[in-house]
Amino acid sequence: MDITLQQVSYAYAKNTPFEKRALFDVNLDIPSGSYQAIIGHTGSGKSTVLQHLNALLKPTEGSIKIGDVLVKADQKNKHLRKVRQKVGIVFQFPEHQLFDETVLKDIMFGPMNFGVPAEEAKSRAIELSRLLGLPEEVLEKSPFDLSGGQMRRVAIAGVLAMNPEVLVLDEPTAGLDPRGRKEIMDLFYRLHQEKGLTTVLVTHSMEDAARYADRIAIMHDGKCVLEGTPQEIFENEERLLDYRLELPQCVKFQKKVEQMMGKKLPTICLTEEKLAEELARLMKEEREV
Amino acid sequence: MLEKMIFGRYIPGDSFIHRLDARAKLIFVFLFIAIVFIANSWITYGVLFVFTFLIIRMSKIRLYFLINGLKPVVILIIFTFLLHLIFTKEGSIIFEWKFIKIYEEGLRQGIFISIRFFVLVILTSILTLTTTPISITDALEALLNPLKKWKLPVHELALMMSISLRFIPTLMDETDKIMKAQMARGSDMTSGSIKERMNAIVPLLIPLFVSAFKRAEDLATAMEVRGYKGGEGRTRYRKLEWATRDTVILLTLVVLAVILLYFRQ
Ligand SMILES: Nc1ncnc2c1ncn2[C@@H]1O[C@H](COP(=O)(O)OP(=O)(O)OP(=O)(O)O)[C@@H](O)[C@H]1O
Ligand SMILES: [Mg+2]
Repeated sequence: MDITLQQVSYAYAKNTPFEKRALFDVNLDIPSGSYQAIIGHTGSGKSTVLQHLNALLKPTEGSIKIGDVLVKADQKNKHLRKVRQKVGIVFQFPEHQLFDETVLKDIMFGPMNFGVPAEEAKSRAIELSRLLGLPEEVLEKSPFDLSGGQMRRVAIAGVLAMNPEVLVLDEPTAGLDPRGRKEIMDLFYRLHQEKGLTTVLVTHSMEDAARYADRIAIMHDGKCVLEGTPQEIFENEERLLDYRLELPQCVKFQKKVEQMMGKKLPTICLTEEKLAEELARLMKEEREV
Repeated sequence: MLEKMIFGRYIPGDSFIHRLDARAKLIFVFLFIAIVFIANSWITYGVLFVFTFLIIRMSKIRLYFLINGLKPVVILIIFTFLLHLIFTKEGSIIFEWKFIKIYEEGLRQGIFISIRFFVLVILTSILTLTTTPISITDALEALLNPLKKWKLPVHELALMMSISLRFIPTLMDETDKIMKAQMARGSDMTSGSIKERMNAIVPLLIPLFVSAFKRAEDLATAMEVRGYKGGEGRTRYRKLEWATRDTVILLTLVVLAVILLYFRQ
């Protein structure tokens, strides 16, 4: 499902003394099946953009096209339910949305709201909790008796269980242990590829953005200031620093090595694996000379 | 969604009303509530209405915002107005259509009650909109202080009040957030049939209660860690200061009361 933001502006609490403009003329194109990362410092408007992606917020100016539904200011829309079924959002700190008696029921809540039969919802829930590494016995527990990390996994399972076509993730792994982070990010990536999902990831981790995304957008003070492939984005360090962002660790490392050796690698390496490969190749060449 | 609600919110400002001592404002509102009940005729209610508008002007809060923020109350006022209009059966009939008969007295009562309701709500809102919760609490504590002699836990009451006031906006934001999260999971309180809406309440209330209790617990711990042991021996950072303008504003109330008594029937 293609999503297009056109000149989207948004103000919280419009027409009150607390009015706060959070977005200014944001343009963003998210083609079907792509993996889009959105980065930017705290308060730059990332979460606000995300809430537009399934019409929880409507732009105060401009419009958003989600599939074939057009969302505009003050426009009543009957198709929002369909949109919300297709666009699943994992909010920042999603563990706050858990409420049901048992973990199983909580995961089944979303799909059942959208008319999925109980049996089917149940099998999805069991499957997903396994994929997310939740132990079997957790399913019958109250979600409030879990650890923070387990609650996070349950909340994520609850969104994935709706089988969305578009998966929107707002810092899904913030505050998890390093191993858990990697597992969950890999799971998202696998789903992205296997099911052809369109994925939108908000993250503070430059490494994750570099590793997984096809395209990256940078938000700064409510504007979308830069958009491009990870290569393009991480080429220009000064620009990133202007937006209070940094290079991913391995790109930093690559720059240091290049500086010390007085040599340049042919490309910017966005993952450790790629960097190791390039360096090994370089060292081999040196030896042969 | 809920961001337009203004109960318990404070708007920073530097108007005459903002600068008044919180004690003066509290006394003012309490006396005003009593004085409102003197009014019983067109002139007296008219005076109350004008007086309220003058106060709004002085507070420099935009009328549009005030009315918009009090929408739920305005709906309640309209409802009471209609009740009085339809169910009071005194005086002459001024309007008749099928089985609906509207009496003169009903219209009069309806308008009077609405004005009374309206001015009370507006003035109490202006109190909270122009005074920080913390000064309201300080003022309340100061005013109730004499009651300590009778073992009334004044400090604790004031603290309870300030905490509740402080957390109204937080809870509103929280509600908004959880509502959105559940809407994204297909449970929508703002649309659908009545049954669907009822079903959407539980997934909203439970997380809200859980987080409110958790917040309360965290707050208690944080206070204890920072050495809070009740009002005993606690010094103050903010001092309330009574100025001439505070006396003046209370005197205008006396004038208002005299005018109302004079024109009362
Ligand atoms: N409910 C709200 N009411 C008023 N202002 C808000 C609200 N939510 C966010 N804002 C403001 O809008 C701006 C953008 O907020 P947003 O949550 O989109 O930032 P973010 O990029 O997601 O930040 P973070 O990385 O910290 O999550 C901020 O200045 C914030 O103060
Ligand atoms: Mg955010």
